[in-house]
Amino acid sequence: MKHRITLTIGPATFRLGSPWREPITWLKRLYADYPQQPDAIADFTVRLDPAGPLRRWLHPSVRIAGDHMLADAAPMALRHGLLAAEMGMNLQMALGWRRHLLIHASSVEKGGRVLVMTGESGSGKSTLAALLGERGWRFMGDEFALIDLDDGRILPFPRLVSLKNAAIDVMRAEVHDEGRFGPLLFATPKGDIRHLAPPRGAIGRMGEGAPPALLLFPRFGADPELRPVGQAEVFVRLTQASTNYVACGERGFDALHRFVTAVPAMAMDFPDGDRAVGLVEDLWSQLS
Amino acid sequence: MSGRLLVDVLRDPARATVLSGGLWNALIAAARAERLIGTLAVRLDGLDVPPAAARVLADGRAEAEREKRHALWEADRAMQALGPLGMPVIAMKGTAYVAAGLTAGEGRFIGDLDIMVPHDALDDVETVLLAAGWEWVKPDPYDDAYYRQWMHELPPMIHRERDRMIDVHHTILPLTARPKPDATGMIADSVALPGGLRVLSAEDRVCHAVAHMLADGDLGGGLRNLWDIKCLLNDIEDCSALFRRADRHGLTAHLTRAERLADAVYGTRTARLSMVDRVFVARLTATDGWGRDGRKLLGLAFYVRSHLLRMPLTMLLRHLWTKWRKGHRPV
Repeated sequence: MKHRITLTIGPATFRLGSPWREPITWLKRLYADYPQQPDAIADFTVRLDPAGPLRRWLHPSVRIAGDHMLADAAPMALRHGLLAAEMGMNLQMALGWRRHLLIHASSVEKGGRVLVMTGESGSGKSTLAALLGERGWRFMGDEFALIDLDDGRILPFPRLVSLKNAAIDVMRAEVHDEGRFGPLLFATPKGDIRHLAPPRGAIGRMGEGAPPALLLFPRFGADPELRPVGQAEVFVRLTQASTNYVACGERGFDALHRFVTAVPAMAMDFPDGDRAVGLVEDLWSQLS
Repeated sequence: MSGRLLVDVLRDPARATVLSGGLWNALIAAARAERLIGTLAVRLDGLDVPPAAARVLADGRAEAEREKRHALWEADRAMQALGPLGMPVIAMKGTAYVAAGLTAGEGRFIGDLDIMVPHDALDDVETVLLAAGWEWVKPDPYDDAYYRQWMHELPPMIHRERDRMIDVHHTILPLTARPKPDATGMIADSVALPGGLRVLSAEDRVCHAVAHMLADGDLGGGLRNLWDIKCLLNDIEDCSALFRRADRHGLTAHLTRAERLADAVYGTRTARLSMVDRVFVARLTATDGWGRDGRKLLGLAFYVRSHLLRMPLTMLLRHLWTKWRKGHRPV
């Protein structure tokens, strides 16, 4: 591989290779504060392969490949190479990670306890975690929450935040360090995307887990409202939000059962970031 | 090529204790690409390896255990469904190896459930499986008809709840292939395991693995097939019985080549190799340190060969023309 990088995010180490320079250059810049040891033994290999025999040079396009692959993944334009690399790493985690129960969720920590937020793409969980991460909370991840199979603690997986569409401006107003932002990826399959490096403090503490204290199902675009969610529904929704619940077997069931019975859950509708942060802070102060 | 590194370590696990980080990455990527990571992990169990490698290998072993559990459960479900037909259900390949507790099954990746049933029972088997929740996955009428007319198995089916595929074989090679194995003899000599599931006899297990690797297909995943063959050969007590069996199935030349290849890749490395054997070895070890096929042209040549093995030229041309019109491209 002509261009490569090995980087560690939380408990996972990735080795990425590309025949093109640009995606790796962006990764090196945006992951500058993460451990990057070229000779580290990686958990996963990710490749950005040319999508066809001529696609390295002519209309360059990327096929995401690596240890774990999707057979029918659509090729992506090289100008979206950074997104392809991020998707490649996510794919390895989703399909290959077995050391924790993986929940498709964002998470933030304050006072030694974790707030977990799960929901469909577009629910606002990612943006909300990024916002809270700039406002006194420790950002732990916007994509996967890792639940320890033995003690139930949440482990951070603070990779780049993937800001989509309107969320880009929300975070541009919040973060004034231009160096933390990646390039604007215009018109990707998921809309406009810009990546944001987490705060340096969050990266420095990415080995530190903490017990979960609250689960939220955020929903962007409605008047503020909070509703409790029953344990049975939470359980089923989390099995759907987990990429490896079945693969983790009995240990996965035990970990999820422990989580669902120990952690209160609420559905939260919100019309904008500021009011969401207000709702979260109110809920959090009532918890103790 | 890292395929070479992979076979060296599988053959002699102690070599893993002196690898650099870079070589570990190449070894792991090649093993995953060849679906031999579980086998490698079992081979290296207990050796002194770096902690990061030990974690990856532990994952590989745990995953293989899960594979085994799923495979045995799937075989159990198929037996349950086929029970009313009152005929023997013979598990093949990975499922058979783990069910029978063979070395070849240790750490093995198992994708589909492969079973063998008598040819005249196919219609009943199909009806019963459809009723028990399996569904067709080849919607194309040409593919479906092709399977039924020429293949050694029914078109593949997937169970709609468990999402696992079943291949129902009635023999071990496509009907268009030159060797004509004696499927009836294979079924008659199959062995019952405790619990009722059956597996092919030790000799027929070798013959099937050899036919699968060398008389069918393009040698993709060939390193795993050859590992199977190496392990299955070790289980053979009477070599002359094996050769008599291979002769009956028309697979003698394939068997001798498989023995040479197994020796050259995983064994003593003393067998004399022909030029053609060396081409096979080059193809088998073509995976590079990033898990890619490092010899694409050779791969294409074997792809062409696989089609020539499978059907006579005129039939092949008609088949390729049909596939091309439907938009299929080999690369």
